[in-house]
Amino acid sequence: MIEAVINFWEGLPVVMQIMTKITLIVAPLMLAVAYTTYAERKVIGYMQVRLGPNRVGPRGWLQPIADALKLLTKEVILPTNANRFLFLIAPVLAIMPALAAWAVVPFDDGMVLADINAALLYILALTSMGVYGVIIAGWASNSKYALLGALRSAAQIVSYEIAMGFALVGVLMAAGSLNLGDIVRAQQGVSVTGWFVWPLIGLFLVYFISGVAETNRAPFDVAEGESEIVAGFHVEYSGMAFAVFFLAEYANMILIAALAALLFWGGWLSPFGGLVSESVLAVPVLGWFLGDGIHWFLMKTAFFLFCFLWFRATFPRYRYDQIMRLGWKVLIPVTLVWLFGIGVAVALGWQPWVV
Amino acid sequence: MNFEAFLFYFFAAIVVGAAVAMITVRNPVHAALFLVLTFFTSAALWIMLEAEFLGIVLVLVYVGAVMVLFLFVVMMLDINLTRMREGFMRFLPVGILVAVAMATVMSLVVVRHFRVDAPERAAADYSNTEALGRILYTEYVYPFEIAAVILLVAIIAAIALTLRRRPGTKAIDPAKQVRVSREGRVRMVDMKSEGKS
Repeated sequence: MIEAVINFWEGLPVVMQIMTKITLIVAPLMLAVAYTTYAERKVIGYMQVRLGPNRVGPRGWLQPIADALKLLTKEVILPTNANRFLFLIAPVLAIMPALAAWAVVPFDDGMVLADINAALLYILALTSMGVYGVIIAGWASNSKYALLGALRSAAQIVSYEIAMGFALVGVLMAAGSLNLGDIVRAQQGVSVTGWFVWPLIGLFLVYFISGVAETNRAPFDVAEGESEIVAGFHVEYSGMAFAVFFLAEYANMILIAALAALLFWGGWLSPFGGLVSESVLAVPVLGWFLGDGIHWFLMKTAFFLFCFLWFRATFPRYRYDQIMRLGWKVLIPVTLVWLFGIGVAVALGWQPWVV
Repeated sequence: MNFEAFLFYFFAAIVVGAAVAMITVRNPVHAALFLVLTFFTSAALWIMLEAEFLGIVLVLVYVGAVMVLFLFVVMMLDINLTRMREGFMRFLPVGILVAVAMATVMSLVVVRHFRVDAPERAAADYSNTEALGRILYTEYVYPFEIAAVILLVAIIAAIALTLRRRPGTKAIDPAKQVRVSREGRVRMVDMKSEGKS
Protein backbone atom coordinates (compact mmCIF):
# COMPACT_ATOMS: atom_id res chain seq x y z
CA MET A 1 0.00 0.00 0.00
CA ILE A 2 2.64 2.53 1.11
CA GLU A 3 4.92 1.36 -1.70
CA ALA A 4 2.15 1.96 -4.22
CA VAL A 5 1.68 5.51 -2.93
CA ILE A 6 5.43 6.18 -3.12
CA ASN A 7 5.55 4.75 -6.65
CA PHE A 8 2.61 6.89 -7.70
CA TRP A 9 4.33 9.98 -6.20
CA GLU A 10 7.66 9.26 -7.95
CA GLY A 11 5.78 8.72 -11.20
CA LEU A 12 4.24 12.18 -11.13
CA PRO A 13 5.87 14.91 -13.22
CA VAL A 14 8.06 17.30 -11.19
CA VAL A 15 5.69 20.19 -11.79
CA MET A 16 2.84 18.17 -10.29
CA GLN A 17 4.97 17.24 -7.27
CA ILE A 18 5.86 20.89 -6.65
CA MET A 19 2.25 21.97 -7.08
CA THR A 20 1.12 19.36 -4.55
CA LYS A 21 3.74 20.54 -2.08
CA ILE A 22 2.70 24.17 -2.55
CA THR A 23 -0.91 23.20 -1.92
CA LEU A 24 0.11 21.31 1.19
CA ILE A 25 1.81 24.46 2.51
CA VAL A 26 -0.66 27.14 1.41
CA ALA A 27 -3.94 25.41 2.29
CA PRO A 28 -3.09 24.82 5.98
CA LEU A 29 -1.57 28.31 6.05
CA MET A 30 -4.81 29.89 4.86
CA LEU A 31 -6.74 27.84 7.41
CA ALA A 32 -4.30 28.98 10.10
CA VAL A 33 -4.80 32.59 8.99
CA ALA A 34 -8.59 32.21 9.25
CA TYR A 35 -8.34 30.73 12.72
CA THR A 36 -5.75 33.29 13.83
CA THR A 37 -8.41 35.96 13.33
CA TYR A 38 -10.76 33.86 15.48
CA ALA A 39 -8.04 33.29 18.08
CA GLU A 40 -7.27 37.00 18.13
CA ARG A 41 -10.86 37.94 18.87
CA LYS A 42 -11.17 35.23 21.51
CA VAL A 43 -7.84 35.93 23.21
CA ILE A 44 -8.36 39.67 23.33
CA GLY A 45 -11.93 39.06 24.41
CA TYR A 46 -10.86 36.99 27.41
CA MET A 47 -8.09 39.47 28.24
CA GLN A 48 -10.73 42.19 28.39
CA VAL A 49 -13.14 39.97 30.35
CA ARG A 50 -15.50 39.51 27.40
CA LEU A 51 -16.58 36.33 25.64
CA GLY A 52 -15.55 37.12 22.08
CA PRO A 53 -17.37 35.54 19.11
CA ASN A 54 -19.63 32.71 20.31
CA ARG A 55 -22.70 32.66 18.06
CA VAL A 56 -21.71 30.93 14.79
CA GLY A 57 -21.19 27.22 15.34
CA PRO A 58 -20.22 25.61 18.64
CA ARG A 59 -18.29 28.17 20.73
CA GLY A 60 -18.07 30.37 17.65
CA TRP A 61 -15.77 28.00 15.77
CA LEU A 62 -17.39 28.75 12.42
CA GLN A 63 -17.02 32.51 12.80
CA PRO A 64 -14.04 32.82 10.37
CA ILE A 65 -15.96 30.85 7.73
CA ALA A 66 -18.95 33.14 8.13
CA ASP A 67 -16.71 36.20 7.88
CA ALA A 68 -15.06 34.86 4.72
CA LEU A 69 -18.45 34.14 3.10
CA LYS A 70 -19.68 37.61 3.99
CA LEU A 71 -16.60 39.29 2.49
CA LEU A 72 -16.75 37.11 -0.63
CA THR A 73 -20.30 38.17 -1.41
CA LYS A 74 -19.71 41.88 -0.88
CA GLU A 75 -19.10 44.26 -3.73
CA VAL A 76 -15.59 45.59 -4.37
CA ILE A 77 -16.11 49.33 -4.65
CA LEU A 78 -13.78 51.37 -6.83
CA PRO A 79 -13.41 54.96 -5.61
CA THR A 80 -13.90 57.73 -8.17
CA ASN A 81 -10.69 58.71 -9.96
CA ALA A 82 -8.88 55.79 -8.37
CA ASN A 83 -6.28 54.13 -10.51
CA ARG A 84 -8.22 50.97 -11.37
CA PHE A 85 -5.33 48.66 -12.23
CA LEU A 86 -3.08 49.65 -9.32
CA PHE A 87 -6.02 49.69 -6.93
CA LEU A 88 -6.85 46.07 -7.73
CA ILE A 89 -3.27 44.78 -7.93
CA ALA A 90 -2.22 46.27 -4.56
CA PRO A 91 -3.77 43.49 -2.39
CA VAL A 92 -2.13 40.91 -4.64
CA LEU A 93 1.24 42.60 -4.17
CA ALA A 94 0.67 42.53 -0.41
CA ILE A 95 -0.12 38.82 -0.17
CA MET A 96 2.34 37.53 -2.78
CA PRO A 97 5.55 37.96 -0.70
CA ALA A 98 3.75 36.79 2.45
CA LEU A 99 3.01 33.45 0.77
CA ALA A 100 6.15 33.13 -1.37
CA ALA A 101 8.44 33.42 1.66
CA TRP A 102 7.07 30.09 2.96
CA ALA A 103 8.86 28.29 0.13
CA VAL A 104 12.12 28.17 2.11
CA VAL A 105 10.72 27.52 5.59
CA PRO A 106 11.74 24.06 6.86
CA PHE A 107 8.95 22.49 8.91
CA ASP A 108 11.03 19.50 9.92
CA ASP A 109 14.47 18.13 9.05
CA GLY A 110 14.37 18.15 5.25
CA MET A 111 10.66 19.02 5.06
CA VAL A 112 11.06 22.13 2.93
CA LEU A 113 9.80 23.12 -0.50
CA ALA A 114 12.96 24.83 -1.77
CA ASP A 115 16.17 24.00 0.10
CA ILE A 116 18.20 26.93 -1.22
CA ASN A 117 21.52 28.27 0.03
CA ALA A 118 20.53 31.91 0.37
CA ALA A 119 17.23 31.23 2.16
CA LEU A 120 17.62 33.95 4.79
CA LEU A 121 18.43 36.58 2.14
CA TYR A 122 15.49 35.39 0.08
CA ILE A 123 13.14 35.89 3.03
CA LEU A 124 14.56 39.36 3.74
CA ALA A 125 14.16 40.36 0.09
CA LEU A 126 10.59 39.09 -0.10
CA THR A 127 9.41 40.61 3.15
CA SER A 128 10.89 43.92 2.04
CA MET A 129 8.58 43.80 -0.99
CA GLY A 130 5.43 43.56 1.10
CA VAL A 131 5.49 47.32 1.60
CA TYR A 132 4.58 47.88 -2.07
CA GLY A 133 1.09 46.52 -1.48
CA VAL A 134 0.58 49.14 1.23
CA ILE A 135 2.12 52.05 -0.69
CA ILE A 136 0.33 51.33 -3.96
CA ALA A 137 -2.97 50.78 -2.16
CA GLY A 138 -2.60 54.12 -0.41
CA TRP A 139 -1.69 56.01 -3.54
CA ALA A 140 -4.16 54.37 -5.94
CA SER A 141 -7.12 54.92 -3.58
CA ASN A 142 -7.14 58.66 -4.31
CA SER A 143 -7.86 59.38 -0.67
CA LYS A 144 -6.03 61.57 1.84
CA TYR A 145 -6.27 59.12 4.70
CA ALA A 146 -5.08 56.22 2.59
CA LEU A 147 -2.09 58.22 1.35
CA LEU A 148 -1.19 59.28 4.90
CA GLY A 149 -1.35 55.66 6.04
CA ALA A 150 0.78 54.54 3.12
CA LEU A 151 3.44 57.19 3.81
CA ARG A 152 3.60 56.34 7.50
CA SER A 153 3.86 52.67 6.76
CA ALA A 154 6.56 53.13 4.11
CA ALA A 155 8.79 55.11 6.47
CA GLN A 156 8.19 52.69 9.33
CA ILE A 157 8.82 49.49 7.38
CA VAL A 158 11.98 50.79 5.73
CA SER A 159 13.35 51.88 9.13
CA TYR A 160 12.62 48.63 10.94
CA GLU A 161 13.89 46.51 8.07
CA ILE A 162 17.41 47.70 8.86
CA ALA A 163 17.21 46.61 12.50
CA MET A 164 15.65 43.32 11.43
CA GLY A 165 18.33 42.73 8.79
CA PHE A 166 21.09 43.34 11.34
CA ALA A 167 19.45 40.93 13.80
CA LEU A 168 19.39 38.26 11.08
CA VAL A 169 23.04 38.99 10.25
CA GLY A 170 23.83 38.06 13.83
CA VAL A 171 22.06 34.74 13.39
CA LEU A 172 23.90 33.88 10.20
CA MET A 173 27.24 34.81 11.80
CA ALA A 174 26.52 32.46 14.69
CA ALA A 175 25.31 29.65 12.45
CA GLY A 176 27.77 30.19 9.60
CA SER A 177 25.09 29.57 7.01
CA LEU A 178 22.22 31.28 5.20
CA ASN A 179 20.25 28.05 4.81
CA LEU A 180 17.41 27.86 7.34
CA GLY A 181 17.78 24.09 7.78
CA ASP A 182 21.50 24.47 8.52
CA ILE A 183 20.74 27.29 10.97
CA VAL A 184 18.39 25.01 12.93
CA ARG A 185 20.85 22.09 12.77
CA ALA A 186 23.54 24.42 14.18
CA GLN A 187 21.38 24.87 17.28
CA GLN A 188 21.51 21.21 18.31
CA GLY A 189 22.68 20.68 21.85
CA VAL A 190 21.64 19.23 25.19
CA SER A 191 18.06 20.31 25.86
CA VAL A 192 17.67 24.04 25.08
CA THR A 193 21.31 25.06 25.61
CA GLY A 194 22.19 25.09 21.92
CA TRP A 195 19.43 27.46 20.89
CA PHE A 196 20.59 30.80 19.58
CA VAL A 197 18.30 32.76 21.83
CA TRP A 198 20.80 32.56 24.71
CA PRO A 199 23.90 34.03 23.01
CA LEU A 200 21.72 36.30 20.84
CA ILE A 201 19.03 37.38 23.32
CA GLY A 202 19.40 41.06 22.40
CA LEU A 203 19.11 40.33 18.72
CA PHE A 204 16.07 38.16 19.35
CA LEU A 205 14.29 41.00 21.14
CA VAL A 206 15.22 43.43 18.36
CA TYR A 207 14.07 40.92 15.75
CA PHE A 208 10.73 40.34 17.38
CA ILE A 209 10.03 44.02 18.01
CA SER A 210 10.90 44.88 14.40
CA GLY A 211 8.80 41.91 13.28
CA VAL A 212 5.79 43.39 15.05
CA ALA A 213 6.55 46.75 13.43
CA GLU A 214 7.06 45.22 9.97
CA THR A 215 3.66 43.57 10.04
CA ASN A 216 1.98 46.83 11.07
CA ARG A 217 0.59 45.26 14.22
CA ALA A 218 -0.25 47.03 17.46
CA PRO A 219 1.51 48.82 19.13
CA PHE A 220 3.11 49.88 15.81
CA ASP A 221 -0.10 49.99 13.74
CA VAL A 222 0.14 53.65 12.74
CA ALA A 223 -0.46 52.63 9.11
CA GLU A 224 -4.01 51.79 10.10
CA GLY A 225 -4.40 53.98 13.17
CA GLU A 226 -8.18 53.87 13.18
CA SER A 227 -8.53 56.65 15.73
CA GLU A 228 -6.35 59.00 13.66
CA ILE A 229 -6.75 58.21 9.96
CA VAL A 230 -9.87 55.98 9.88
CA ALA A 231 -8.29 52.76 8.58
CA GLY A 232 -5.12 53.99 6.92
CA PHE A 233 -4.07 52.53 3.61
CA HIS A 234 -7.06 50.20 3.15
CA VAL A 235 -9.78 52.71 4.03
CA GLU A 236 -11.24 52.60 0.49
CA TYR A 237 -11.16 48.81 0.16
CA SER A 238 -14.19 46.61 0.56
CA GLY A 239 -15.18 42.99 0.12
CA MET A 240 -12.57 40.48 -0.94
CA ALA A 241 -9.92 43.12 -1.81
CA PHE A 242 -10.05 44.20 1.84
CA ALA A 243 -9.97 40.58 3.00
CA VAL A 244 -6.81 39.91 0.98
CA PHE A 245 -5.01 42.69 2.89
CA PHE A 246 -6.08 41.01 6.09
CA LEU A 247 -4.89 37.62 4.86
CA ALA A 248 -1.53 39.17 3.99
CA GLU A 249 -1.18 40.75 7.43
CA TYR A 250 -1.93 37.51 9.27
CA ALA A 251 0.20 35.39 6.91
CA ASN A 252 3.06 37.81 7.63
CA MET A 253 2.47 37.48 11.38
CA ILE A 254 2.64 33.70 11.16
CA LEU A 255 5.79 33.98 9.06
CA ILE A 256 7.51 36.25 11.60
CA ALA A 257 6.50 33.88 14.42
CA ALA A 258 7.76 30.85 12.46
CA LEU A 259 11.06 32.60 11.72
CA ALA A 260 11.49 33.52 15.39
CA ALA A 261 11.03 29.83 16.23
CA LEU A 262 13.45 28.70 13.50
CA LEU A 263 16.23 31.24 13.97
CA PHE A 264 16.32 31.64 17.73
CA TRP A 265 14.33 28.86 19.38
CA GLY A 266 15.63 25.78 17.60
CA GLY A 267 12.85 25.23 15.05
CA TRP A 268 11.84 21.58 15.07
CA LEU A 269 14.37 20.65 17.80
CA SER A 270 12.87 19.25 20.97
CA PRO A 271 13.70 20.87 24.33
CA PHE A 272 14.13 17.32 25.65
CA GLY A 273 16.82 16.48 23.08
CA GLY A 274 19.77 14.71 24.72
CA LEU A 275 17.91 14.38 28.04
CA VAL A 276 15.78 11.30 27.42
CA SER A 277 17.37 7.99 26.48
CA GLU A 278 16.94 6.14 23.18
CA SER A 279 14.66 3.57 24.80
CA VAL A 280 12.15 6.26 25.77
CA LEU A 281 12.22 7.68 22.24
CA ALA A 282 11.23 4.24 20.94
CA VAL A 283 7.95 4.30 22.94
CA PRO A 284 5.16 4.88 20.36
CA VAL A 285 3.39 8.14 21.23
CA LEU A 286 5.52 9.50 24.06
CA GLY A 287 8.76 9.00 22.14
CA TRP A 288 7.38 10.79 19.13
CA PHE A 289 6.26 13.66 21.32
CA LEU A 290 9.56 14.01 23.16
CA GLY A 291 11.70 13.67 20.04
CA ASP A 292 12.44 16.36 17.45
CA GLY A 293 9.66 17.00 15.01
CA ILE A 294 7.24 19.33 13.31
CA HIS A 295 5.03 19.54 16.41
CA TRP A 296 7.73 21.44 18.32
CA PHE A 297 8.06 23.89 15.43
CA LEU A 298 4.29 24.40 15.35
CA MET A 299 4.07 24.85 19.13
CA LYS A 300 6.84 27.45 19.16
CA THR A 301 5.24 29.27 16.23
CA ALA A 302 1.87 29.23 17.99
CA PHE A 303 3.43 30.72 21.13
CA PHE A 304 4.97 33.65 19.24
CA LEU A 305 1.74 34.14 17.34
CA PHE A 306 0.00 34.35 20.71
CA CYS A 307 2.52 37.04 21.70
CA PHE A 308 1.34 39.16 18.77
CA LEU A 309 -2.23 39.03 20.11
CA TRP A 310 -1.00 39.59 23.67
CA PHE A 311 0.89 42.75 22.63
CA ARG A 312 -2.18 44.08 20.91
CA ALA A 313 -4.28 43.68 24.04
CA THR A 314 -1.56 45.13 26.27
CA PHE A 315 0.17 48.13 24.70
CA PRO A 316 -1.27 51.45 23.58
CA ARG A 317 -0.23 52.66 20.14
CA TYR A 318 3.16 54.34 19.80
CA ARG A 319 3.29 57.94 18.74
CA TYR A 320 4.77 58.29 15.26
CA ASP A 321 7.99 60.15 16.14
CA GLN A 322 8.65 57.72 18.99
CA ILE A 323 8.36 54.78 16.60
CA MET A 324 11.09 56.36 14.49
CA ARG A 325 13.20 57.07 17.58
CA LEU A 326 12.88 53.48 18.80
CA GLY A 327 13.84 52.07 15.42
CA TRP A 328 16.80 54.28 14.61
CA LYS A 329 18.19 55.33 17.97
CA VAL A 330 17.55 52.25 20.11
CA LEU A 331 17.21 49.07 18.08
CA ILE A 332 19.89 49.71 15.43
CA PRO A 333 22.65 50.68 17.94
CA VAL A 334 21.79 47.59 20.03
CA THR A 335 22.18 45.33 16.99
CA LEU A 336 25.45 47.02 15.97
CA VAL A 337 27.03 46.51 19.39
CA TRP A 338 25.79 42.92 19.55
CA LEU A 339 27.10 42.20 16.05
CA PHE A 340 30.51 43.53 17.07
CA GLY A 341 30.47 41.22 20.07
CA ILE A 342 29.60 38.20 17.93
CA GLY A 343 32.28 39.19 15.43
CA VAL A 344 34.91 39.25 18.19
CA ALA A 345 33.66 35.91 19.54
CA VAL A 346 33.78 34.27 16.11
CA ALA A 347 37.21 35.73 15.35
CA LEU A 348 38.64 34.41 18.63
CA GLY A 349 37.01 31.03 18.06
CA TRP A 350 35.11 31.43 21.32
CA GLN A 351 31.79 30.00 20.27
CA PRO A 352 30.18 28.20 23.20
CA TRP A 353 26.99 27.76 21.16
CA VAL A 354 28.82 25.47 18.72
CA VAL A 355 28.55 22.05 20.32
CA MET B 1 14.18 26.80 -27.74
CA ASN B 2 14.43 25.12 -24.36
CA PHE B 3 12.68 26.28 -21.21
CA GLU B 4 15.67 28.25 -19.95
CA ALA B 5 15.94 30.24 -23.15
CA PHE B 6 12.21 30.86 -23.03
CA LEU B 7 12.54 32.21 -19.47
CA PHE B 8 15.45 34.41 -20.51
CA TYR B 9 13.58 35.98 -23.42
CA PHE B 10 10.46 36.33 -21.28
CA PHE B 11 12.29 38.28 -18.55
CA ALA B 12 14.40 40.20 -21.06
CA ALA B 13 11.28 41.35 -22.88
CA ILE B 14 9.79 42.57 -19.60
CA VAL B 15 13.01 44.38 -18.67
CA VAL B 16 13.20 46.21 -21.99
CA GLY B 17 9.48 46.93 -22.09
CA ALA B 18 9.38 48.25 -18.53
CA ALA B 19 12.51 50.36 -19.08
CA VAL B 20 11.00 51.95 -22.18
CA ALA B 21 7.70 52.50 -20.38
CA MET B 22 9.53 54.05 -17.44
CA ILE B 23 10.91 56.92 -19.53
CA THR B 24 7.79 57.38 -21.68
CA VAL B 25 4.85 57.34 -19.25
CA ARG B 26 3.60 60.71 -18.10
CA ASN B 27 2.71 59.90 -14.52
CA PRO B 28 5.81 60.02 -12.28
CA VAL B 29 4.43 57.38 -9.90
CA HIS B 30 3.82 54.99 -12.79
CA ALA B 31 7.36 55.68 -14.00
CA ALA B 32 8.76 54.78 -10.57
CA LEU B 33 6.70 51.58 -10.51
CA PHE B 34 7.97 50.60 -13.96
CA LEU B 35 11.50 51.14 -12.66
CA VAL B 36 10.68 48.73 -9.82
CA LEU B 37 9.50 46.19 -12.37
CA THR B 38 12.74 46.66 -14.34
CA PHE B 39 14.84 46.03 -11.22
CA PHE B 40 12.83 43.00 -10.27
CA THR B 41 13.08 41.30 -13.63
CA SER B 42 16.78 42.18 -13.86
CA ALA B 43 17.17 40.36 -10.56
CA ALA B 44 15.44 37.35 -12.12
CA LEU B 45 17.93 37.49 -15.01
CA TRP B 46 20.87 37.62 -12.60
CA ILE B 47 19.54 34.61 -10.74
CA MET B 48 19.39 32.79 -14.08
CA LEU B 49 23.10 33.65 -14.46
CA GLU B 50 23.75 31.77 -11.17
CA ALA B 51 24.44 35.07 -9.40
CA GLU B 52 21.70 34.56 -6.84
CA PHE B 53 23.35 36.73 -4.19
CA LEU B 54 23.46 39.76 -6.50
CA GLY B 55 19.92 39.10 -7.68
CA ILE B 56 18.48 38.86 -4.19
CA VAL B 57 20.45 41.87 -2.96
CA LEU B 58 19.21 43.88 -5.93
CA VAL B 59 15.65 43.14 -4.81
CA LEU B 60 16.48 43.74 -1.15
CA VAL B 61 18.29 47.06 -1.59
CA TYR B 62 16.86 48.66 -4.70
CA VAL B 63 13.33 47.30 -4.77
CA GLY B 64 12.85 46.99 -1.02
CA ALA B 65 14.46 50.20 0.19
CA VAL B 66 15.65 52.70 -2.42
CA MET B 67 12.57 52.62 -4.63
CA VAL B 68 10.24 52.72 -1.63
CA LEU B 69 11.82 56.00 -0.55
CA PHE B 70 11.74 57.18 -4.16
CA LEU B 71 8.01 56.46 -4.37
CA PHE B 72 7.58 58.11 -1.00
CA VAL B 73 9.02 61.36 -2.35
CA VAL B 74 7.36 61.17 -5.77
CA MET B 75 3.92 60.63 -4.21
CA MET B 76 4.24 63.75 -2.09
CA LEU B 77 5.65 66.00 -4.84
CA ASP B 78 3.28 68.06 -6.91
CA ILE B 79 5.14 67.90 -10.20
CA ASN B 80 4.16 70.47 -12.77
CA LEU B 81 4.28 68.51 -16.01
CA THR B 82 3.72 71.43 -18.37
CA ARG B 83 6.71 73.28 -16.98
CA MET B 84 8.84 70.17 -17.28
CA ARG B 85 7.92 69.78 -20.96
CA GLU B 86 8.92 73.37 -21.76
CA GLY B 87 11.71 73.64 -24.29
CA PHE B 88 11.38 70.03 -25.39
CA MET B 89 12.07 70.87 -29.05
CA ARG B 90 14.94 73.19 -28.14
CA PHE B 91 16.82 70.51 -26.20
CA LEU B 92 15.91 67.67 -28.57
CA PRO B 93 19.06 67.87 -30.78
CA VAL B 94 21.35 67.81 -27.72
CA GLY B 95 19.42 64.89 -26.29
CA ILE B 96 19.65 62.92 -29.52
CA LEU B 97 23.39 63.62 -29.71
CA VAL B 98 23.97 62.33 -26.17
CA ALA B 99 21.78 59.29 -26.83
CA VAL B 100 23.64 58.41 -30.04
CA ALA B 101 27.02 58.86 -28.34
CA MET B 102 26.02 56.60 -25.44
CA ALA B 103 24.57 53.96 -27.75
CA THR B 104 27.77 53.95 -29.80
CA VAL B 105 30.03 53.58 -26.78
CA MET B 106 27.89 50.85 -25.28
CA SER B 107 27.62 48.87 -28.50
CA LEU B 108 31.40 49.15 -28.99
CA VAL B 109 31.98 47.66 -25.54
CA VAL B 110 29.34 44.98 -25.97
CA VAL B 111 30.55 43.92 -29.41
CA ARG B 112 34.26 44.00 -28.53
CA HIS B 113 34.33 42.50 -25.07
CA PHE B 114 31.22 40.47 -24.53
CA ARG B 115 31.81 37.99 -27.30
CA VAL B 116 32.75 35.21 -24.93
CA ASP B 117 31.51 31.67 -24.84
CA ALA B 118 29.04 30.77 -22.15
CA PRO B 119 30.93 30.01 -18.92
CA GLU B 120 30.91 26.51 -17.62
CA ARG B 121 27.92 25.67 -15.49
CA ALA B 122 28.71 25.63 -11.77
CA ALA B 123 28.24 22.47 -9.74
CA ALA B 124 25.05 21.95 -7.75
CA ASP B 125 26.76 22.69 -4.43
CA TYR B 126 28.20 25.98 -5.68
CA SER B 127 27.18 28.88 -3.48
CA ASN B 128 27.41 32.25 -5.15
CA THR B 129 27.06 34.00 -1.77
CA GLU B 130 30.02 32.14 -0.33
CA ALA B 131 32.18 32.66 -3.41
CA LEU B 132 31.49 36.41 -3.40
CA GLY B 133 32.13 36.65 0.32
CA ARG B 134 35.45 34.84 0.03
CA ILE B 135 36.73 37.04 -2.77
CA LEU B 136 35.48 40.27 -1.12
CA TYR B 137 37.16 39.56 2.21
CA THR B 138 40.44 38.19 0.86
CA GLU B 139 41.51 39.56 -2.48
CA TYR B 140 39.51 42.80 -2.42
CA VAL B 141 39.43 43.47 1.31
CA TYR B 142 41.05 46.93 1.14
CA PRO B 143 38.91 48.30 -1.71
CA PHE B 144 35.89 46.88 0.10
CA GLU B 145 36.78 48.53 3.41
CA ILE B 146 37.62 51.83 1.72
CA ALA B 147 34.27 51.82 -0.07
CA ALA B 148 32.56 51.17 3.28
CA VAL B 149 34.37 54.11 4.89
CA ILE B 150 33.48 56.40 1.98
CA LEU B 151 29.84 55.42 2.36
CA LEU B 152 30.01 56.10 6.10
CA VAL B 153 31.48 59.55 5.43
CA ALA B 154 28.68 60.20 2.95
CA ILE B 155 26.04 59.20 5.53
CA ILE B 156 27.56 61.46 8.18
CA ALA B 157 27.87 64.32 5.71
CA ALA B 158 24.24 63.97 4.59
CA ILE B 159 23.04 63.96 8.20
CA ALA B 160 25.27 66.89 9.16
CA LEU B 161 24.04 68.92 6.17
CA THR B 162 20.36 68.39 6.91
CA LEU B 163 20.44 68.45 10.69
CA ARG B 164 19.30 71.76 12.06
CA ARG B 165 17.91 72.61 15.43
CA ARG B 166 14.88 74.76 14.92
CA PRO B 167 14.22 76.95 17.93
CA GLY B 168 10.72 76.78 19.26
CA THR B 169 9.76 73.25 18.21
CA LYS B 170 7.67 71.48 20.79
CA ALA B 171 9.12 68.00 20.19
CA ILE B 172 9.38 66.06 23.43
CA ASP B 173 12.39 64.06 24.47
CA PRO B 174 11.05 60.71 25.73
CA ALA B 175 14.07 60.21 27.99
CA LYS B 176 13.19 63.42 29.84
CA GLN B 177 9.56 62.33 30.05
CA VAL B 178 10.53 59.05 31.65
CA ARG B 179 12.80 60.71 34.19
CA VAL B 180 10.08 62.99 35.54
CA SER B 181 9.57 62.64 39.28
CA ARG B 182 6.82 63.88 41.54
CA GLU B 183 9.15 66.38 43.19
CA GLY B 184 9.82 68.13 39.89
CA ARG B 185 6.16 68.64 39.10
CA VAL B 186 4.14 69.02 42.31
CA ARG B 187 4.78 71.52 45.07
CA MET B 188 3.24 70.64 48.41
CA VAL B 189 1.97 73.69 50.18
CA ASP B 190 1.05 73.81 53.84
CA MET B 191 -1.89 76.02 54.42
CA LYS B 192 -4.46 76.43 57.07
CA SER B 193 -7.94 75.20 56.37
CA GLU B 194 -10.27 78.05 55.66
CA GLY B 195 -13.07 77.21 58.03
CA LYS B 196 -15.94 79.54 58.72
CA SER B 197 -14.99 81.90 61.46
